[in-house]
Amino acid sequence: MAQQNITIKVNGTDQAAEIEQRLLLVHFIRENLALTGTHIGCDTTHCGACTLILDGKAVKSCTVFAVQADGKEVLTIEGMTTNGELHPLQEGFMEEHGLQCGFCTPGMIMSSYALLQENKNPTEAEIRWGISGNLCRCTGYVNIVKAVQYAAQKA
Amino acid sequence: MIPGSFDYHSPSTVEEAVALLTSLGEDAKVLSGGQSLIPMMKLRLAEPAQLIDINGIAGLEYIREADGYLTIGALTREADLDKSELIQQKYPILHDTAHVIADPLVRNRATIGGNLAHGDPANDHPATMLAVRAEVVATGPNGARNIAIDDFFLGPLTTALAPNEILTEVRIPVPAQGSGGAYVKLERKVGDFAIAGVAAVVTLDGNGNCSAASIGLTNVGPTPIRAGAAEEALTGNALSTDAIAEAGRLAGEASQPTSDHRGSAEYKRAMVQELTIRALTKAKVRAEGGQ
Ligand SMILES: Cc1cc2nc3c(=O)[nH]c(=O)nc-3n(C[C@H](O)[C@H](O)[C@H](O)COP(=O)(O)OP(=O)(O)OC[C@H]3O[C@@H](n4cnc5c(N)ncnc54)[C@H](O)[C@@H]3O)c2cc1C
Ligand code: FES
Ligand code: FES
Repeated sequence: MAQQNITIKVNGTDQAAEIEQRLLLVHFIRENLALTGTHIGCDTTHCGACTLILDGKAVKSCTVFAVQADGKEVLTIEGMTTNGELHPLQEGFMEEHGLQCGFCTPGMIMSSYALLQENKNPTEAEIRWGISGNLCRCTGYVNIVKAVQYAAQKA
Repeated sequence: MIPGSFDYHSPSTVEEAVALLTSLGEDAKVLSGGQSLIPMMKLRLAEPAQLIDINGIAGLEYIREADGYLTIGALTREADLDKSELIQQKYPILHDTAHVIADPLVRNRATIGGNLAHGDPANDHPATMLAVRAEVVATGPNGARNIAIDDFFLGPLTTALAPNEILTEVRIPVPAQGSGGAYVKLERKVGDFAIAGVAAVVTLDGNGNCSAASIGLTNVGPTPIRAGAAEEALTGNALSTDAIAEAGRLAGEASQPTSDHRGSAEYKRAMVQELTIRALTKAKVRAEGGQ
């Protein structure tokens, strides 16, 4: 089995490992690093539960190999708090009831984070477009949109 | 789901990548955005023993005009096409297309080269490339050759690329004066493949007559389809409502849909007819200087 040494900077810390080349980035994050906030939903590139930020772009980590992230930077939901303080998006999802079961929430937050990096003051339509790669089976999206608006206003 | 094992290669030049493809032979596959290939590998529909990742090759991500062509590097992401001001202003048909491909997360990785090289008639760029009469540049061991888009798609997931060729660039002629184009897609939900899609480009002469027309159809046959009879019927005539309706009818006839979970063949044919009318109408407005 083809092995390779990689180093990925995850939430600000270099993480080195020898991994199988076929290992998916989401499995590296969840299993090798035990960062289980990034979820696996569909496992077929549809739901966005596995969304994280790879070198500044929101991507579906079930559809990227870990070796492709070698030498790059990853941000996951665990990296969103600073010194125990919630990110405005995390706070927004809490305040606006942007989650029910919470399964989609980390992916929703990471996609919304990427959206707000590019567009500090998105319209409702832009928010809906920005999270259109993320599925939620509980909320009906209304409160998710409000949560993103809350964060945009706070920032 | 875990894909089969493979050896991973990350060349830093096109030459190196071509040399790897040539020496590793049939077992090797190019990995670009991975948004079609990785899902297929996870489902074990594809099990390449050697994976040549071209993402580390510098200089394949660009969108620029030169010598009468818009040239787009094969590694250009759909997200970058979607957001490009040059594309939005001068090539709105390409913006229409990139904007409705998959979702923002997939678009951050998916590439224009992969979208064409995959040879999937369900993909959206192929029909648009027929409409804009593009060429693709294929680079192999003996250098680069240009392939006209009409000669590129040979069958489902089959293209004119040799196994050791890499699609390196897409070339689109700068549109003639008085041209306009549009892509219209019908989808069940955001991010889904098309039930049907139609790309149309028209050129108007000084008297408002149609001097050239070009129409490509998405996901209604084994390859993207050029609606040749509809193009001929339009050319040389006034672009009237009746002429557009007739072109819609002819495009519907040219489509070869099959019934599946996205609808019956009859429904899809009717949709091709309607979408052709909408795409031509929008293309005409744009040719006249509107949005
Ligand atoms: C949920 C989802 C929804 C989608 N919806 C749409 C949609 O609505 N419309 C649409 O058009 N597409 C859609 N796609 C497909 C997506 O756009 C793909 O990314 C695209 O078809 C392939 O591009 P890629 O860069 O990801 O290629 P890859 O997946 O890396 O490669 C695809 C194939 O092309 C070959 N290849 C790639 N690049 C080259 C090259 N430069 N030279 C030679 N061979 C090459 C590979 O070997 C492979 O066989 C969707 C995908 C997903 C996951
Ligand atoms: S688990 Fe990756 S998109 Fe659903
Ligand atoms: S809160 Fe349950 S899936 Fe979104």
